[in-house]
Order: sequence, then structure tokens, then C-alpha cells
Amino acid sequence: MRAPADLKIAAGDVLLAVENVSLSFGGVKAIRDISFDIRKGEIRAIIGPNGAGKTSMLNVINGFYTPQQGRITFKGKTRAKMRPHDAAAGGIARTFQNVALFRGMTALDNIMAGRTLCMKRGLFWQALRFGPAMKEEVEHRRYVEEIIDFLHIQHIRKTQVGRLPYGLQKRVELGRALAMEPDLLLLDEPMAGMNLEEKEDMSRFILDVNQHFGTTIALIEHDMGVVMDLSDRVVVLDYGRKIADGTPDEVKRNQDVIDAYLGVAH
Amino acid sequence: MFYREAGQYKTTYSADQAVFPILQDRIGIFVILLLAFVVVPMTVSGFVLSSVLIPIMVFALAAIGLNLLTGYTGLLSLGTGGFMGVGAYACYKLTTFFPDVNIIVLILASGLFSAAIGALFGLPSLRIKGFYLAVATLAAQFFLSWCFVRVPWLYNYNVSSAIEVPTRTAFGVHVTGPNATPVTRYLVVLSIVVLLTWIASNLVRGRIGRMWMAVRDMDIAAELIGIKLYQTKLIAFAISSYFCGVAGAMMIFLWFGSAEADSFSITQSFLVLFMVIIGGLGSLLGSFFGAIFILGLPIMLRTLPELFGLTIRAATVEHLQFMITGALIIVFLVIEPHGLARLWQIGKQKLRVWPFPY
Ligand SMILES: Nc1ncnc2c1ncn2[C@@H]1O[C@H](COP(=O)(O)OP(=O)(O)OP(=O)(O)O)[C@@H](O)[C@H]1O
Ligand SMILES: [Mg+2]
Repeated sequence: MRAPADLKIAAGDVLLAVENVSLSFGGVKAIRDISFDIRKGEIRAIIGPNGAGKTSMLNVINGFYTPQQGRITFKGKTRAKMRPHDAAAGGIARTFQNVALFRGMTALDNIMAGRTLCMKRGLFWQALRFGPAMKEEVEHRRYVEEIIDFLHIQHIRKTQVGRLPYGLQKRVELGRALAMEPDLLLLDEPMAGMNLEEKEDMSRFILDVNQHFGTTIALIEHDMGVVMDLSDRVVVLDYGRKIADGTPDEVKRNQDVIDAYLGVAH
Repeated sequence: MFYREAGQYKTTYSADQAVFPILQDRIGIFVILLLAFVVVPMTVSGFVLSSVLIPIMVFALAAIGLNLLTGYTGLLSLGTGGFMGVGAYACYKLTTFFPDVNIIVLILASGLFSAAIGALFGLPSLRIKGFYLAVATLAAQFFLSWCFVRVPWLYNYNVSSAIEVPTRTAFGVHVTGPNATPVTRYLVVLSIVVLLTWIASNLVRGRIGRMWMAVRDMDIAAELIGIKLYQTKLIAFAISSYFCGVAGAMMIFLWFGSAEADSFSITQSFLVLFMVIIGGLGSLLGSFFGAIFILGLPIMLRTLPELFGLTIRAATVEHLQFMITGALIIVFLVIEPHGLARLWQIGKQKLRVWPFPY
């Protein structure tokens, strides 16, 4: 499922960089001239008040929005915009702020759908569901079951996700993203609306994914405690601008950040 | 014997992914197939085979076709009648060119022409969705209906502009035309429907089925996990139309025996759509339920009152039929979009925990 001309990127090197990216919707300037990078193996938090442009930034990174200006470099390849399919094929996976699961499908099928790009058997074998197609299906099912075990969602495997409580839906969505075996995982407020226990579970999963699989993670989160605990570096946006970038401690002490969060007039 | 899954542990993922994971279901389907292939042809009259069972299976196949597109991929089509017609006329032309080829092969091949035409009319689905796409398929329906009247080449320049199904054989047996017995036609229809239903169930349970449902449920997320929306929709159009095309060819060759210019009008499109809605969007089994219900209702309305010694006029039957179908469609759309198939599921679930509901 990896892009063919894959550059080997060592841990700590830049995996993805956005440079001077600007994005506006009509008159609304969602992102203004932002540059930052994400290094391989790190957990990079993106924080900022509501409407700061965080979600828009993720949408630019995986090609869902086309920025008016700027460049995006992913795995050493620079381009003006990403395409959703290239991003997926290149190993960028994503979860959404307002869960975007396939509601009519079971949890298992949702996560299996995440394997789509890894599955190769064509129409003929699919129609017979026999031989190579069945072998492939079972192979990927095995991988997906590992994810299901990891996320402790065995009991809801065969439940239609539309009927699951919100916290579990978020978990299934993470499972679907993990099924893509991503190099870069974009998480948009994975803990929003969760209680303390669920938040702790989710934090654990995120750390495990990062440590055991070496997956690079970009994380949007409002809970400062979580951000400080999890992330290696933090970029802070406010009104579409980048106002700070650094380690959690640096950012915490930054006067602009304190002002933005306290709502000082601009 | 109780209907239970308790004690039936799946030890492999392939067993867990079988069509009928519960033993009683597997026995059930085996019994149904045995009845359909062996008992029914020996016991049921030719009249019932020709006027009840063959129609139900032909329409069930068309409903499966539409269900793949509308129920599984979320693309509403009003062109089903037209795509069925393409299959019928393609079969007619094929057997004109190749009179000696096994007619069953030609019926299966004629679906390929529908698939091509279906994919062609599916091209706008990249840009338009929902209501507008439905209108585009409606345009396809009218265009194809027009072709069936205005392109004399399609019906071999017959003055009546109708097709008369010629006598054709398969494996030395008369399958179509006046000499074909109802039992033969029934067995051919049954075999094709069983084969294609099996293929449909394979497709919807595998990668392609998941791609279809992903596009239906959340196209943005589908795109971001690497599913190509356009390609997925076109495949759905093509495969859906293949099923409809084969159903259309069977309708003319193994049921009607002839086709008029209006055999494949918009009425057929709506009839199949009603079957899909009442049977259950996104359910293959529901497609059968829908066909049985829509075709069975008028028969019930005619025969039930007779049993009680009442006579009921044909016109009244028709009115009642429209009223009941219409009311049920609204009921299902509002309350239970998964139709009769869902009710069946609920019933089975109850049975599974019976007699202790908690
Ligand atoms: N598709 C769109 N069309 C028009 N405006 C948009 C669109 N998407 C985002 N915006 C605008 O861009 C700005 C940034 O929105 P964005 O969703 O990126 O913020 P955010 O930082 O994710 O906020 P939140 O914390 O509330 O999720 C907002 O003013 C928003 O209204
Ligand atoms: Mg947001």
C-alpha cells in the first residue's frame, strides 16, 4: 500500500512539511501563511481556540481542501496540493472531529474497509469469493482482528456502528485508520466528548500506536492536560495564524499563547 | 430443534465469514434449494410455474440488481426497466446472429450489454448525486424506451415492432419458444437466479461490497481511506445493470415469450423500485421478499375472498393493490427502511433467544 518510490526516512527526519500555506473560503481566511513540519516518529499536537483553522489544516494535509498558496512536502516529494487518494496511498490516515464512520456497516466491516488499498484481488475472484480472494480476505481479517484486540472492541465487532455510543465510535474510527497501516496518523479531537476514563484509554492507545508501531501522529486536542502529556512538540494556531511552535513547556510559557487562550483582544 | 448459535463456535475466520454461519440456516437453505429444484417441478402445475414462480424469480433478480446500486451503493436509479430492456433486446440480437449457440450462454452474455449501457449512463454520477442523478437515470429510461420503439434493427424490422421469441435449445432441450415446457423454463430461471444471487452475496461481503457501502454511508471518509469514488460508482452501475439485463432477457425469453415496445417502460422501473423498498434496501434476501410481496399481493387479493365465498371484481383488486402497496411503501420508508428483510431479522433474533426474551 506504500507509494512505490518510497524514500527511507529515519526517525527524527522531517516526514511532512507545510510551507507558507494559505487557505480561504470566500472572505473567510481559515489559514494564513502557515509553515510547520512533522518529524517521523513524533506526536505533534496542533492546538488553538475554536475556529483557529486546525481542522482545515488537516484537510489540507490529506488533500481534502486545496490551499490557495503554499507547498506541502511529504516523504521528500513537494507539491502544491495533496490528492486524497495519493495521501491515502502514501500512508496518511485520518479520524474526524465529528466521527465519519460508515454508519450502516458493522464495526468489523468499517475496519476491514480500512484495508481496501491493501487488497488486490479483482472482480472475478471477488465474485467467486474463493481461492485467492478468500485467502486474501482471511489474511486481512486476521490483521483487523489484531486491531480489534488492541482496541478492546471484540464485543462490538458485529454491531452496526450507528448504534454504538460515541466513545466506542471514536475507537472504531481509530481502528479503521490503523487498518491502513499509516505512516502519518491525523487525529482530529479524538477525545472530544469523552469521560475521564475513556480519555485515559484513548491516550493509552495513542501512545501505544506511537511507541510500538512507530507511527507518526498529528493530534488536535483541546484538553491541555492531554496535550502536555502526550505530545513531543506543539504548534499553536489562532485566527488562522501560527502563534507558537515548540515543546509543550515552551508553548505553555509563550505570552501570545496565554493571550489567545485568555481571549485578549487582537 | 431450537434455532440457536450457542455451541457453534467458529474456529476459523473463513467459517465466520460464511454466508450462513448458523447451522440451522444452512440446513434451511439446503431444504429450500431441494424443494425448489426437485419437489416444486414434480408437484406444481405448469400454470403456477409460468405465472407465479418464474415471474417472482425474474423480478427478484432485477430487484437484486437495483438493490446493489440503490441499497448498497446509495445511488437511486429509475432506469431499471430500460436496463432490463437492453438485456432482452441484446439477447434477441445475439440469438439472431448466433442461432446455434446455447441460449443460456446468450442470456448470461446479454447482461454484459446492459452492464456497458448502465456504466455509460452512470458516468454523470461523478458530478451529480441524489435527486439529480435519479433524474439522469430517468432520462436514460426514456431514451432506452424510445430506442426500443424507434430502432427497427433491434426487433429485426418486424412490422409489429414486437419480438417473437424463437425456439432455442440448450444441451439438446427446448428452452425457449412454444415447445419449451414450463418445467424446463422454470429450472433454467431458477438455476440462473441461484447462481447470480450467490455471486451477488459474494460481492457484497467482500472488498467491493465494503467499498460500495462506504461510498453510500460517507463518501468523504471513503475517499480518504483510498477508495476511488468514481470507479466504485461505475462498477456498481455496471454490475447492477448486468443483473437487470439478465433479468430482462429471462423475462422475455423464459416468461413472456414475446416483447412489445412498452414491455420495458417506466412502470417496470417503479415496480422493481417498490420491491426493493418493501423488501429492504441493502438486503439480497429482501429482494426476494419484495418480489414475492408485490407479485403475490394481487394473487392473494383475488383468491382469498373466493375462499370465503366472496367475489371481488378485477378492477377492485387492482385498486386495492395500488392502495396497499402505496401505503406500505410510505410505512416502510418512514418506519423501517430495511423493509421486510429487517422484520425477518427481528423475528429470527426473537427466535434465537426464545423462550426467554431477556
Ligand atoms: N468548508 C468550509 N466552508 C467555509 N468556511 C469554512 C469551511 N471549513 C472551515 N471554515 C471556516 O474556517 C475557519 C477555521 O475552521 P476550522 O474548522 O479549521 O477550525 P478549528 O480550529 O478546527 O475549530 P474547532 O476547534 O472548532 O474545531 C472557521 O472560521 C470556519 O468557519
Ligand atoms: Mg476542528
